[in-house]
Amino acid sequence: MVGISSYGGYVPRYRLNRMMVFGSMGWLNPVIITNARGEKAVANFDEDSITMSVAAGMDCLKGVDRDSIEAVYFATTTAPFKERQSANLVAGALGARDEIRSADFTGSLKSGTSALLSALEFAAANNGAKAVVCAGDCRLGKMASTQEMVFGDAGAALLVGGDDDVIAEYKGSFSVSHDFVDHLRGANTKYDRMWEERWIRDVGYASFIPQAIQGLCDKYALNAADFDKVVYPCYYGGARKKINGMFGEGDKVQDDMQATVGDSGAAHPLLMLSAALETAQPGQKLLLVSYGSGCDAMWFEVTDAISKAQDGRGVSRWLARRADLDNYQKYLVWRGMAPPELGIRGETDKETRWSLIWRDHKAILGLVGEKCKACGAQQFPPGRVCANPECGVMDEMEPVYLADKGGKIFTYTADMLAASLSPPAVYGTVSFNGGGRTVMDFADCAVDDIAVGDPLDFSFRLKFYDPKRDIPNYFWKAIPAVEEVK
Amino acid sequence: MATGIRDKVCILGMGCTKFGERWDMSAGDLMVDALRDALEDAGLEKKDLQAAWLGVHIDEINIGKGGTYAGMNLHLPLIPVTRVENFCASGTEAFRGAAYGVASGAYDIALAIGVEKLKDTGYGGLPDSPAFGQQMIFLGPNATAPGLFAQLATAYAAKFNIPMERVKEAITHVSWKSHQNGAKNPRAHLRKAVSKEQIMGSPMVAYPLGLFDCCGVSDGSAAAIVTTPEIAKKLKPNNPLVKVKALQISVSSGEEAMYDKWDGAGVLTTQTAARKAYEEAGIKDPRKEISMMEVHDCFSITELVTMEDLGISPPGGAPDDILNGFFDLDGQLPCQPDGGLKCFGHPIGASGLRMIFEMYNQFLGRWPEDRAVKNPKFGLTHNLGGIPNGNVASIAIFGVD
Repeated sequence: MVGISSYGGYVPRYRLNRMMVFGSMGWLNPVIITNARGEKAVANFDEDSITMSVAAGMDCLKGVDRDSIEAVYFATTTAPFKERQSANLVAGALGARDEIRSADFTGSLKSGTSALLSALEFAAANNGAKAVVCAGDCRLGKMASTQEMVFGDAGAALLVGGDDDVIAEYKGSFSVSHDFVDHLRGANTKYDRMWEERWIRDVGYASFIPQAIQGLCDKYALNAADFDKVVYPCYYGGARKKINGMFGEGDKVQDDMQATVGDSGAAHPLLMLSAALETAQPGQKLLLVSYGSGCDAMWFEVTDAISKAQDGRGVSRWLARRADLDNYQKYLVWRGMAPPELGIRGETDKETRWSLIWRDHKAILGLVGEKCKACGAQQFPPGRVCANPECGVMDEMEPVYLADKGGKIFTYTADMLAASLSPPAVYGTVSFNGGGRTVMDFADCAVDDIAVGDPLDFSFRLKFYDPKRDIPNYFWKAIPAVEEVK
Repeated sequence: MATGIRDKVCILGMGCTKFGERWDMSAGDLMVDALRDALEDAGLEKKDLQAAWLGVHIDEINIGKGGTYAGMNLHLPLIPVTRVENFCASGTEAFRGAAYGVASGAYDIALAIGVEKLKDTGYGGLPDSPAFGQQMIFLGPNATAPGLFAQLATAYAAKFNIPMERVKEAITHVSWKSHQNGAKNPRAHLRKAVSKEQIMGSPMVAYPLGLFDCCGVSDGSAAAIVTTPEIAKKLKPNNPLVKVKALQISVSSGEEAMYDKWDGAGVLTTQTAARKAYEEAGIKDPRKEISMMEVHDCFSITELVTMEDLGISPPGGAPDDILNGFFDLDGQLPCQPDGGLKCFGHPIGASGLRMIFEMYNQFLGRWPEDRAVKNPKFGLTHNLGGIPNGNVASIAIFGVD
């Protein structure tokens, strides 16, 4: 058997109250009040689809031997590159080997489930070989648009494999595909454009999702009411009501997180599935349906192994780790919708030297340092000479993946002079658990939140963006250790 | 067996420009002032100079690379001009080059000249530069100098379990004292005494350092002409000789940045250079024997930890010494009698020579009563270039016969 063997989620720390959007932009388009309930998750200025996917992947892979991973798939509609495979950045950050299959899935909101189907088929064709599916999206609507109200930023990840590890056995799928253009972004377009919402609701969601579910039921001789947990994205209340009628009695339908996160695009079905797995019980039948340019419908049966995976991983702890985004203008600046003056330090030309990057790519993507074979000292960044002054041997180093090791604050500061989209720039010296130190940027905290000795986790982030050459560069930052929700 | 530099070299003449926002002068113009004053003080002409060392760190807007700018701008007589660039120790490195040049017997008379013109960079504070190589653009923090030095304060407070308020009180006194001294000095950039309330209440730059915990940014140049004591006695038979007693440089090993042992509350290179310098100069008890110091107060917290790194204050004891006025101009060991980097700003290549200029003139008793150090025996200068966990420290000690 093949199926899902772990799950992870990620919601960025900052949440924008939708009434704040209405308060700022309602003068232009008063009708957005109809969506002005709850809050939406907003990626920090240094987060994007790749970094949120990595965060979810790290959550999903806690305790998993990275060398056992055979494939890494990445799904998004907001990839930062047209040519450069994002999945390889994700794989590097997750500490996967080089000898793996990698692929990007994009172009539709169902690309997350397309990646999941490919991973399941990969596992089935390769004796249960492990594949990681990471999805993240960070879609933009124009100021005062419905999309701006509805969309949220998040990431989700699923580990697929075989046999004893499986927590939700894959039972089958059914897909429908349509060139149904309800939402569209051209190759050079930043903001989403959509057609009339009543048409999207009635002809889109309320027709295609039931069509896919019915197709699945017919194919596997099931009744829609047989499912114990149902996951599908749809933020139209009317359409949800109609679709929910298919599943009979009981509280089966997974919350769509519209009030807490917003629609996270390609990641959203996987994010909801991840949340569903946090409370799933052995034997339950689970239905997953995506929506966008058609639908993928898939079903799973939860195994006894689920209880071992319900250990605090998943989206709940990230939902609990929240802070208000205190003004709408900050949202605009963080998302690149309004140009801020950063002073002369913001103009520094930081050219990306690709041959240097390639030489250091393990250190940059995976926070891969070294352990000295002679004295055991850890060090970062890698070098040929041991940093321990009592040792100092040359060429006796072996690589060590530090991204999942965590650390502690040795020193810190908060710098108003450094050019930052979230001043002051907080950074400091981190002592890695297991030894070694480095000075790095901190994220998701203010100076009053931290003290010398505090535990830290590492988070893959956008390090800087080179606007002249359109290159985002990534590296790890330290964040206050995230408490697990038991 | 190496015998060190002690008593092998003395200063024949020095010059130092006014430091400040010298919008009207290029780096070359500033060097002309420093050289002219140094030659006049030494009673020499350009043709007497046999070799020169140019100390400059990041000013490539005016200077470009190498030593040619100095040779061509000062119209030196086709002598060797070597550019030395070693962060904030660059000025002291230029002095060291010239001193070693005459001590080796290769030259009789050599010039050390330092200059930096920061005000053409357009930055408040030091300009961004890949000071540690471009790898660090990808692997290092989005940091500035104040933020990197501010971490000394968080580590210091944690190590000695001293409340940050007490550390802040002490570093406020550091800046207050330097402004008191600088106000009396016509060459200083910032010449206003400021109250402790103003310092304490200044806007935060990098926690816990406020605006008045940071030194200024300025343009300036300083020069020294050095020779051997034998030649100096012949050229200036009636003058006291200001002699080099020690010159030490220490460069980080990478241990501080990467290994777990360093406490973060002091600077290993300063500690190392100081230990070697005291040995070279024959100093046993620096707290008692040293009469005056110019140390690298790029930030007030740097001066605080330096008092311990130099072995003047006991570990954890610098705040007490500072607040007791030990380092005030009328205290037991005046520190920054000229106003320090705090008031002079920090034209990097010039700063080390500016400090030596202060020692030299104090020894010769050339300053007015209100800022003179009485009967100095040993004078120490100190530079710290780079960042606390990766840097170069220089210590120079002078004495007079």
